Amino acid sequence: MTPEHIESICKHPDFQQLVRRKRLLNGTLTLAMMIIYYGFVLLVAFSPSTLGRSLSGGVTSVGMLVGVAIVLVSFALTGIYVYRANNVLDPLSDRVKQECMQ
Amino acid sequence: MNWTAIGMFLLFVLFTLGVTRWAARRTRSASDFYTAGGGLTGMQNGLAIAGDMISAASFLGISAMMFLNGYDGLLYALGVLAGWPIILFLIAERLRNLGKYTFADVVSYRLAQTPVRLTSAFGTLTVALMYLVAQMVGAGKLIELLFGISYLYAVMLVGVLMVFYVTYGGMLATTWVQIIKAVMLLLGTTFMAFMVLKHFGFSTEAMFASATAVHAKGTAIMAPGGLLSNPVDAISLGLGMMFGTAGLPHILMRFFTVSDAKEARKSVFYATGFIGYFYLLLIIVGFGAIVMVGTEPAYRDASGAIIGGGNMIAVHLAQAVGGNLFLGFISAVAFATILAVVAGLALSGASAVSHDLYACVIRKGQATEQEEMRVSRLATLGIGVLAIILGLMFESQNIAFLSGLVLAIAASVNFPVLFLSMFWKGLTTRGAVMGSMSGLVSAIVLLVLSPAVWVNVMHHEQALFPYSNPALFSMSLAFFSAWLFSVTDATERAKQERGRYLAQFIRSMTGIGAAGAAKH
Repeated sequence: MTPEHIESICKHPDFQQLVRRKRLLNGTLTLAMMIIYYGFVLLVAFSPSTLGRSLSGGVTSVGMLVGVAIVLVSFALTGIYVYRANNVLDPLSDRVKQECMQ
Repeated sequence: MNWTAIGMFLLFVLFTLGVTRWAARRTRSASDFYTAGGGLTGMQNGLAIAGDMISAASFLGISAMMFLNGYDGLLYALGVLAGWPIILFLIAERLRNLGKYTFADVVSYRLAQTPVRLTSAFGTLTVALMYLVAQMVGAGKLIELLFGISYLYAVMLVGVLMVFYVTYGGMLATTWVQIIKAVMLLLGTTFMAFMVLKHFGFSTEAMFASATAVHAKGTAIMAPGGLLSNPVDAISLGLGMMFGTAGLPHILMRFFTVSDAKEARKSVFYATGFIGYFYLLLIIVGFGAIVMVGTEPAYRDASGAIIGGGNMIAVHLAQAVGGNLFLGFISAVAFATILAVVAGLALSGASAVSHDLYACVIRKGQATEQEEMRVSRLATLGIGVLAIILGLMFESQNIAFLSGLVLAIAASVNFPVLFLSMFWKGLTTRGAVMGSMSGLVSAIVLLVLSPAVWVNVMHHEQALFPYSNPALFSMSLAFFSAWLFSVTDATERAKQERGRYLAQFIRSMTGIGAAGAAKH
């Protein structure tokens, strides 16, 4: 990449939008995952009895449901990311590549 | 001697040798050898990544932990799983866009090659060898039990097959062995979970009710126990598991086997799905075993202990739900799992030697592909021999702490520097080297001073470092040193390195100039 290339890419509105959108998407999802997982870890450390409570009168505990939910939510978050990246971020990046690298 | 298991395992070995022969014919260039030519699909790579994570240690270890302590087993599983979305959001695509064969390519992208490659190769070899020894010792014990062959032969067999797969078939064979095993393990575990659920009339409530009724700890197995009672330990373990995965060289290397960032992204999506599905099945396997194995006197010896030790729970359950034929199948899969994981480890260690040390440091990029591949094959052989010797030396040592804490070391030595090199303009060569080194040294020192080694292995009265996992402290120190030694670096070289960040950033965001798939 020549310095001219670098400059033309940095000034390209699609590149600026790509950077902004990518940061927003990655930041939000990372934060969500961190809050979910470390929230769970802190709950385990400080109040294990909350997780041990019965879910609906039976033996199955709240913690079991939370554990299964974390697995499903983790998968769902990666799904959201892949969907947004394929449909919103990739077209932006393709346009930048086409217009700046001729 | 368990002849069904041995027969099934021989079948697996024959089949994978066929795969290796096929892969060897297609492995011509260095890119074929290190990254399977970069032509795998997201689905294939996702299965291979899942295969690396659902190792024998997690299949046998987590189900055993659930059998013993119930819910605490789930905490480990969640820690490993939660790392994957973070890897996807933060590093997967950038890694693919910036690197070619090893993660050192990425760290050294705009920094001085020699010092950065040396430290990265050192970090890779430390982590890969420690992980390899833990797997070897575990494998030897397991194979001794399952197949009735001696520890010496078991370790030698694993070592020889591992070297064979890697030297002849490279990454292509290593990946396909991993994919085949992942499919077999997922299918086998699905069958086990299905049979357990059938036993309880497809009601998880009925399963949990019977489990709590017969377990010595009663309903306490439905809640977190003593595993993470200390908040500092809990956070430290969580950090170690989450970011340790993102610092494992054999995992990072898998991102270079796909054609572009889009496929890298898809592979994490599939991998997260498979790993999550597998852990959900393990809940059923672990709790089902409490009833179906725990209450069955046939699986206990005269003193009431589980035959073969706690790690054999899943294997006993296989016999309980599927008879001797299925027991043979699961035993063969467990062996296959170990083989597939050690092959990936050996390949990542060998590539650190041949690509980072030989081609980039010693020959300064002047080595031909043929020379580089020859060195990588020799390095694989060397790592194989070393792994066998270490496996025999550590036979009677307690290696449980080793395998668990490799993640803490990977999180401290590899992850912080890799992360900063991609996200922080200010990182310089000096900062990267000091960051890796301080992470490595502090992680190992704190490990030695922790209760697991200082008290349990070295038999001192009290641990000098009270927490069982060092990741929180050693990872922070690595980040801090990398920052401190970078901002105080006023040399001309540091200035140029910061100046090169923008071009790197553009490539990491768009993939312009990224290494593509090999043309065949």
